[in-house]
Amino acid sequence: MEPHYQHLFEILSKAQGYIFPNEIDLQWGILIVVYPFITGLVAGAFILASLERVFNVKVLKPTYQIALLTALSFLLVATLPLISHLSQPQRAYEIMITPHLSSAMAIFGFVYLWYLMVVLLLEIWFDYRPSMVVWANEKKGVMKWIYRILTLGLSDISPKTVEWDKKLGYIITIVGIPSAFILHGYVGFIFGSIKANPWWSTPLMPIIFLFSAMVSGIALVMLIYMAISYFRKKTTDLIVLDTIGKYLFFILTLDFTLEALDQVHRIYEAEESFEIIKLLVSGKLYLTLFVSQGLIGTIIPLVMLAFLQFYKGRIKLRKSLYMLVCILTLIGVYSMRWNVVIGGQLFSKSFSGFTSFKLGLIGLDGTLMAGFWLLLPLGILAFLLWLLPPWKMVEEKEQPVS
Amino acid sequence: MENAGIKPSRRRFLKTAAKLAAATLGTTWLKSSRVLLYGAEPEDKDMPWYGIVFDVQKCIGCGRCAKACKEENDVPKEPFFFRTWVEQYTVRNDGSVNIISPNGGIDGFEQQVPDEDIFKSFFVPKMCNHCSKSPCTQVCPVGATFESPEGVTLIDEKYCIGCRYCIQACPYGCRFLNPVKKVADKCTLCYHRLRKGLDPACMEVCPTGARMYGNLRDKNSKIVQFLKEHTTQVLRPHLNTGSKLYYNALSSEVK
Repeated sequence: MEPHYQHLFEILSKAQGYIFPNEIDLQWGILIVVYPFITGLVAGAFILASLERVFNVKVLKPTYQIALLTALSFLLVATLPLISHLSQPQRAYEIMITPHLSSAMAIFGFVYLWYLMVVLLLEIWFDYRPSMVVWANEKKGVMKWIYRILTLGLSDISPKTVEWDKKLGYIITIVGIPSAFILHGYVGFIFGSIKANPWWSTPLMPIIFLFSAMVSGIALVMLIYMAISYFRKKTTDLIVLDTIGKYLFFILTLDFTLEALDQVHRIYEAEESFEIIKLLVSGKLYLTLFVSQGLIGTIIPLVMLAFLQFYKGRIKLRKSLYMLVCILTLIGVYSMRWNVVIGGQLFSKSFSGFTSFKLGLIGLDGTLMAGFWLLLPLGILAFLLWLLPPWKMVEEKEQPVS
Repeated sequence: MENAGIKPSRRRFLKTAAKLAAATLGTTWLKSSRVLLYGAEPEDKDMPWYGIVFDVQKCIGCGRCAKACKEENDVPKEPFFFRTWVEQYTVRNDGSVNIISPNGGIDGFEQQVPDEDIFKSFFVPKMCNHCSKSPCTQVCPVGATFESPEGVTLIDEKYCIGCRYCIQACPYGCRFLNPVKKVADKCTLCYHRLRKGLDPACMEVCPTGARMYGNLRDKNSKIVQFLKEHTTQVLRPHLNTGSKLYYNALSSEVK
């Protein structure tokens, strides 16, 4: 007997109630939990960057480039867990060549490419171009050439051209905000449009995904900002933390409200699937939904953020609290993705029973691999921060007039 | 306002607004709206348009259908992969329902509920509903699953990328990932047999004639006559999947 079957026999013995015979194995495992988590971080980080740019929140300037580079690092990895999850990954390109337009999934490749090529790369390029020109002139050897290639040969940094860079960058940010909304709202739609699954099928799904994305992206950028300051032995600016914290507080409140609305609606309408979902959330999802997502990931950070809105005392304590808030909200949003993806597959579509999910450690679909996909973007980010250090960027006034 | 004419800035705004409105209206006429409103329509009116009838009153739960299907279609023998299976429903006196389908019914059934507690018990055969608005076909990102001109939902196994979105989208649990071919798998209504004028394997072996298929377009066909004379129901009608698998004498407990 093949080992995979052995694993299925084990699950079969643990099934509760009645499940359709084809439902024993979960079709989407931890990689599909990681995928919306990563895309959410991208959208959230980008929206935070846009705040500085479009809404002119000057205080957030130190996080602008960090947020953009974070978004890029995670976006570069976003498709990899998806492709590695396919059972025929060598055919993945078909989704781009012959997309079946009625499928919510078919458009992902295009939304992804639009976001990567048109929004993120262009915005970063316009922002960094003047600095890259200066760096190309300063550096020697290979680095000189790398920066020269990155500028695409456009080395004009006269005030007028730089002004144009800024203008175009601004326009791209404006296009970027709805794009970020579409990118992640769309990921929510992939789940929300499955009418066969009552745990997924809700028009609120894209909006809930979007707000939780913002929560996670903002928390991650705040955390990375603190980490960078630590490694560079600089003090973190409390005004920056307070400002991001304020946004995080508002958005987490909205996110919580939306999710609560979804559940209240579900409970009040109590449709056909209500009984099985009640058993699901009070049983198999109890820890990840009520404890991890609800208490640790939402209620505790909300209380802490509320406290930080008026507590202006000990600086060290405030910084530690912000760090804790970020970690907790990230755990909360990851749990939310877990509850959606795994939770939605634990109960049978016969609404009469449950299968179970055993997360392996090794293998393509195991914990280690999921951890790798989550850590890889941080490696890419470290490289990008080395290549394009925001703190070494050339300020406008320092630019040589040509 | 002193100036009776329209300010240039306002004129520009109005022009842009008019253009945007025209573009929005224009796009509503585009046929692409079909992307959102999904449903297969019989393309060739001369072809048959197949429907299926399962008569719950006739099914004795022998499981020969499930066995024949596995043999005919090379479905892995392990009890996790079925193109068709049989469920046994037992409604207890207290109203609770016990459902079982050990190995899809292939090895037969053993009643788990003591006789004195049984209110009623019956068998329900299950397989792909060959829906005309099939959610599985709608969500396939590459179009590897499609509907044949005869209304049979099929999978191109050389094209399927194995994303398993279709398995998630089927409300009836009729799809699985074939562990050998590594692509989505499901009932084809024995399309290879239909093309040769043979009946699907499960229907050929059914000893009681509980399974029937036929051309829904032919008003004189046996299936159309059956549908005319009996009160039938599809599974999950509220999901509007356009199911073409009709059940006779379906009890409300069945999902």
